[in-house]
Amino acid sequence: MAKARIRLPSSAKKGEVIEIKTLVNHAMESGQRKDSAGNVIPRKILNKMTATFNGKEVLNATLHPGISANPYISFFTKVEESGTFEFTWTDDDGTVTKETADITVG
Amino acid sequence: MNQLSTARTLGRRDVLRGAAAMAAAGTVVLTLRPAHATPEKTAEVMGKLIGGKTAKEGRVTLTMPQIAENGNTVPLTVSVESPMTEKDYVKAVHILADGNPEPAVATFGFTPQAGKAEISTRMRMAKTQNIWAVAEMSDGSAWMAKTEVKVTIGGCGG
Repeated sequence: MAKARIRLPSSAKKGEVIEIKTLVNHAMESGQRKDSAGNVIPRKILNKMTATFNGKEVLNATLHPGISANPYISFFTKVEESGTFEFTWTDDDGTVTKETADITVG
Repeated sequence: MNQLSTARTLGRRDVLRGAAAMAAAGTVVLTLRPAHATPEKTAEVMGKLIGGKTAKEGRVTLTMPQIAENGNTVPLTVSVESPMTEKDYVKAVHILADGNPEPAVATFGFTPQAGKAEISTRMRMAKTQNIWAVAEMSDGSAWMAKTEVKVTIGGCGG
């Protein structure tokens, strides 16, 4: 199971644009590598990431094997109210990793 | 010490035989390597991603190191000039690599809630090549930036 880390401010002013940094521990096996016996190591990557705030979409990402291992993605969002961010990452095998983070806006 | 003395007793023929074996092994390794994309193939993939439109140069800033020592993890930042309002915003940013086994690297979908059209991530680069960043706007236009990154050690495995 992938392990996700999120970094964002715990509080912000109304209408402020904040930066959100995300990093997941994941090998992102590209499907291009071969093991010592010459067999192709099957592809296994996180192919999709989404971020929502109070249920509304903030960002969605489609990732291909060209993204590095332990995928790092940082992006921005404008916050108008307090609430909860929810992040999901979907693996090639269908596993979904979820993480949430709260922010107080005032 | 032991290895040194072995090396000293190697004859000319042994060295030649060794070199031939290595050359043969090299050929095998080369044929196993995955094929790389070309700028033409990348342009084709880009065309599909942005729905057959043509991207003009401009409005997109792609920040990357000029030389990447390790192709396994090359940082990049894409920022797009846009007010990010309900009427005028960036819908998507695509990142493509014209020398990787697969040209498509990632697509990021934005909403006006972003406030700022900027994204940072880290990518793999198999070799020295051009990285393309293409932005699709809410008004239907597409803009792009391209930059060459030299890679010292490739990052896609062999």
